[in-house]
Amino acid sequence: MSTALDRERRRHRRSRLSLGQRELIWAYVFLAVPLVFFLGIRIWPALQSFQLSLFTWHVDPAQREYIGFDYYRELLSESRFHRALLNTLLYTVIIVPVQLALGLAIALLLQSVDRFRPFFRAVYFSPYMTPAAAVAWVWGWMYSVNFGIINTFLIEWSIFWENLGLPWLAIPPQPFLTDPSQALPSVAAVVIWQHLGFQVVIFLAGLQGIPRTFYEAARIDGAGAWALFRHITLPLLNPVMVFSIVISSIASLQLFDQVVNINFTNQGGPLDSTLTIALYMYQEAFGRFRMGYAAAVTVVLFLLILVVTVVQLRLASRKVEY
Amino acid sequence: MAAPTLRSSRSAAASGSRTRTPRVGTILSYALLLLGSVIMFFPFLWMILSSFKELREIFQLTLFPTSWSLDNYREVLTGTEFPRWFLNSLIVAGLTTLSVLFFCALVGYTLTRLRFPGRNAIFLLILSTLMIPTEMLVIPWFVMSSQFGWVNSYWGLLFPGLIPAFGVFLMRQFFTTLPRDLFDAGRVDGVSEFGLFWRIGLPLVRPGLAALGIFTFIGNWNAFLWPLIIARSPDMRTVPVGMAFFSNEAGTAWHLIMAASALAIVPILLVFFIFQRQIIEGVVLTGTKG
Amino acid sequence: MIQFLRSLLATAALLVMAAAFAQPVEIVYWQYDYATRIDAMDQLIERFEAENPDITVRQETFPYDAYQQQVAASLPAGQGPDVIQLFYGWLPTWQRAGYVEPLPEQYFDTAELDEVFVPMAQAGKINGQYYGLPTAVRSLALFYNADMLREAGYEEPPATWDEFIEIAKALTEKRGPRFTRVGYGFAPTGQDHHLVREVLTRQFGTPPYNEDLTEVLYDSPEGLAAFEFYTSWATEHEIGVTSFVPGTDGYRNGFIQLENIAMIIDGSFAIGSVENGAQFDWRVAELPVLEEGGVKANFGSYWMNGLTPNAFEDERTLEAAAKFLDFVTQPESMELWLEVVGELPARQAMVDDSELASDPVYGPFIRSLAYATATRFVDETAQRDLMVRAMDRVILEGVDPAVAWEEAAQADQALLDQFSR
Repeated sequence: MSTALDRERRRHRRSRLSLGQRELIWAYVFLAVPLVFFLGIRIWPALQSFQLSLFTWHVDPAQREYIGFDYYRELLSESRFHRALLNTLLYTVIIVPVQLALGLAIALLLQSVDRFRPFFRAVYFSPYMTPAAAVAWVWGWMYSVNFGIINTFLIEWSIFWENLGLPWLAIPPQPFLTDPSQALPSVAAVVIWQHLGFQVVIFLAGLQGIPRTFYEAARIDGAGAWALFRHITLPLLNPVMVFSIVISSIASLQLFDQVVNINFTNQGGPLDSTLTIALYMYQEAFGRFRMGYAAAVTVVLFLLILVVTVVQLRLASRKVEY
Repeated sequence: MAAPTLRSSRSAAASGSRTRTPRVGTILSYALLLLGSVIMFFPFLWMILSSFKELREIFQLTLFPTSWSLDNYREVLTGTEFPRWFLNSLIVAGLTTLSVLFFCALVGYTLTRLRFPGRNAIFLLILSTLMIPTEMLVIPWFVMSSQFGWVNSYWGLLFPGLIPAFGVFLMRQFFTTLPRDLFDAGRVDGVSEFGLFWRIGLPLVRPGLAALGIFTFIGNWNAFLWPLIIARSPDMRTVPVGMAFFSNEAGTAWHLIMAASALAIVPILLVFFIFQRQIIEGVVLTGTKG
Repeated sequence: MIQFLRSLLATAALLVMAAAFAQPVEIVYWQYDYATRIDAMDQLIERFEAENPDITVRQETFPYDAYQQQVAASLPAGQGPDVIQLFYGWLPTWQRAGYVEPLPEQYFDTAELDEVFVPMAQAGKINGQYYGLPTAVRSLALFYNADMLREAGYEEPPATWDEFIEIAKALTEKRGPRFTRVGYGFAPTGQDHHLVREVLTRQFGTPPYNEDLTEVLYDSPEGLAAFEFYTSWATEHEIGVTSFVPGTDGYRNGFIQLENIAMIIDGSFAIGSVENGAQFDWRVAELPVLEEGGVKANFGSYWMNGLTPNAFEDERTLEAAAKFLDFVTQPESMELWLEVVGELPARQAMVDDSELASDPVYGPFIRSLAYATATRFVDETAQRDLMVRAMDRVILEGVDPAVAWEEAAQADQALLDQFSR
């Protein structure tokens, strides 16, 4: 060890740079291209968007009128925006925990079986691969009140129990997407279904990164299944878990594709019951050509996501115990 | 759900004792996985089966086609410019994935393994770009593209996705799990800074890279809004953009959408299986090293 | 030496200028993607270029569902079309944001246009100036499955709404709690919001808005009666349900492919799809009226050709763009459009003379043009949504129609106020 340290010291003397200085230089060499990219392709356009939110929209920049924070005042009093905000939070609260729990459970199940593992993995990943148009089509039909397979099942189920003299087990057909109170959970179910494969792959990758020797050592110490999960799997999975939570929260807060596709003719409906902030913004921007207002909505959405993410990162990093 | 799950994680850990007779837990695991598979796979199966039906029959809600017809595929492949869209998607998704894997790993590595002032600030800056919805960046991007002459070019199609914050975040999380000593030892042995990343760091995060590769490829393969806006001529369309042309005021050609969707999945499946292998191989590596 | 260089430069400059003048002007034309429309426009461009060898026209098309996005992003960058096709209902929002410019007076005479185009073309005007002209127009009609009607004992399509309800009731079938066949294919987001706003209100005795588009008028007993009547089809008569067949054009697929919808109300642009897909005796009739001899009303609409700011960049481009716009709205172009696309001509004289008035399919649409109105929207997307909302409130939530209608009227009035401000 001492020879190694000597060598290190000698090298430092030669290069006349401290280790810290060297790391600093290398860090910025490595980061140069990505930083230029992020500043130029992401941050700068985002700032332009913010600027747009202070002006009325016009094709010709010279004719855009400065109106200060008027759009922000307008959206705060807009009931559709309130609805979109509430829905978006609801989606997030439903989707994130369910997706995470199911994703982890399936990843662990997949770890536990020896046969057909590639097959199961492909199957669980298949929804994530299916193009949005096909997903919307299939789920639209499955949810259909009058033709859908789910309601057909419910009717058969009810007949079965009624025949057995147990009518209280019967469940009537449900309206699903056509009912303002059921539409949001119905869409959320599709989102969970579609993104589950994503979580599974992430968790599998995370689980693969945990060295086997940890488990073996703990088992020699006589640790039970729960103890292994609690004290090895969970803590070592923490970085991946943090990623999963943050990413699925951001994705839920920006939910757009599925909502647009599944109720195509009445996007965000019925009666705005599935409307999200991203969709609202999109409709204002491209349906009504109100880019300035839409930009203001984006800024608010950005702030919302920022707060949620920072809180999550704070909480998560406090929990880490290696 | 909890009990078999827990036992299973242990049985995975106890990799040495695989010859034991299957236990209740294992059987339950298979049963649960199988049940889940039905729910997960059904829509996919329906899509594939529908792609062999004519438009009329697609609406009849029977699962299997009365007569298997390749007409939809024939029409998609010969009646539209699908092959060209397919090629474009391959180019865009392939190049983007290469760039993403390299740069995201490099940034993730730098943000965790090198100590320098501004580290957290830079991470937060990058992370914050994840929070801006693409929909709002489309107009500034387009204005930029037309100033630089990127409209209707491959570069125009792929530049926004070259280094996603999502990937940086993922790789950063994977690098944080690696023990620091490995790199310190390498440094002492005189490995260059890039060598530390390339030769020591990268092989250890292969499971993460594989996951990132899958997501990036799929994400770019399915990207719609930006490719739609930047592609001007029919020969620059990608698969999802081309498929949007199957729908208009007078109706939607569902039979073509189903066939095109089925065709579009082929490369994704390939990529998935390729990277999936990587995930498994990753186990072997970390398993022996840890 | 310097002298020589100078003269060389001067010659070069002259050459460049000469080349610029000799070179044909290129203008770009945009419309949404539809095979027959592209075909028709290609033919028109060919004719136009033959007549004007110094102008070339490049046609670019984009998916229907993403057309506005494309426009929204391109024009602020100074890219995209010089001449553009847009749905007439989008005009106010596009005009406010500067995406279209008024037709220049040196090329277009407003008074003359007023005369030769069908009256609904006036919806392409803002503040007395035209912003675009249609090549073709459309109207609504009742498509019905004659086999089904006959089976129920009806030889003729309904002439009044009461007959319509009677037939639809007879053809609606339910098994348990679920509909297996419906008499009418509800489509609130399809054409039904037009049906209520523009057709039923007028038939019940009120125009939807006042002349100068500052006041909602359907907020009256007549207007409410119209709305109550429409919602009663679902709530009281149960001749159908919303989203009976799922999907973007579920009502049309139910009519054409599934044959479980007996009647739909749709635009003339749907003729092609029905013709290609339906394997039964389908027919078209004019929209029913309240009572024999009662007020006839129809909703007319069209895609208009307008000029973007790009066309005004220089005089030569503007001249070329104006020429082209004028060319595609000439009678010969309309004839070609009718032949290739199957959309009705937009010039009054052609509508009057049309042999098509007696055509079994086109006839009802052509005859309807005589009494069709194109709603003058201030914000088509928002006005559509508030109308759909009113329908959903009653049909899905069971709210009192009077309440839902009042909400719609107030929201609509707020939009009008915003616009006129």
